Amino acid sequence: MNWTWFHKLGSPKWFYEISGRWLPWLSGAAVVLLLVGSVWGLAFAPQDYQQGNSFRIIYLHVPTAILAQSIYVMLAVAGVVGLVWKMKLADVALQQAAPIGAWMTFLALLTGAVWGKPTWGAWWVWDARLTAMLILLFLYFGIIALGNAITNRDSAAKACAVLAIVGVVNIPIIKYSVEWWNTLHQPATFRLTEKPAMPPEMWLPLLVMVIGFYCFLGAVLLMRMRLEILKREARTSWVRAELRAQVEGRP
Amino acid sequence: MSFASFSEFLAMGNHGVYVWTSYGAGLVVLLLNVALPLLGRRRYLQDEARRLRREEMK
Repeated sequence: MNWTWFHKLGSPKWFYEISGRWLPWLSGAAVVLLLVGSVWGLAFAPQDYQQGNSFRIIYLHVPTAILAQSIYVMLAVAGVVGLVWKMKLADVALQQAAPIGAWMTFLALLTGAVWGKPTWGAWWVWDARLTAMLILLFLYFGIIALGNAITNRDSAAKACAVLAIVGVVNIPIIKYSVEWWNTLHQPATFRLTEKPAMPPEMWLPLLVMVIGFYCFLGAVLLMRMRLEILKREARTSWVRAELRAQVEGRP
Repeated sequence: MSFASFSEFLAMGNHGVYVWTSYGAGLVVLLLNVALPLLGRRRYLQDEARRLRREEMK
């Protein structure tokens, strides 16, 4: 396998240039997929025979919950890369992805509560899945707070990386909570090994939404990372040149 | 189309409040996530432009 791309990631300048080329494509894909997915899910997908139309919340709830967990795994991977290879970009990615992850967890919990009211008759239950997701939200808050509280950038990076790696134990707990314990929460809709229990008219829009949310994550993360790189590398000559170009570009 | 009319679409079979609350909150959160880095970048570039002008005057 060719690993040059990995070594190139050590250079913020290279990342800044390549991400600038990806950004318009990712943003465009995110807008199109999210629009198509929500219109399809809201207006065209058939209603659920038991839950009626409240099930349409799934098209927001499942993608945000998937993102909440995959962003956390990403933080842990970035933490390992940062600790082992001392890559500066890993800490930028970790710090900038954490707020997006917190927002996604918040949205998953909120849409879950709003869905729970008509379906279970309660906004919130201290169910294994729900409690584990709440812990995930607090883990995100912990990482964000830790990153802001330590002024020394290297120490902050190390502390956040360790917290991200330790906290990743919560991810399998969330994943398997619906199987290990008796919960109100329904089991997973998608499985890698089996066909979905839903008809395609229902799960296709969900798939579109999940891919759309990943593109959204990519676009927002790149925007945040690019800004952070400009701030952190402000003393280097290429950032100075880039800033000059940007500033003079619009008088 | 699984709805006969637009008002039925809005009503979502008695679940309108729940469905539209979720999607409204979702839209707000997504827009916020896009707006924050965009505004941050604009503010940063404005600060840098001011700093560059100051340096040139010296």
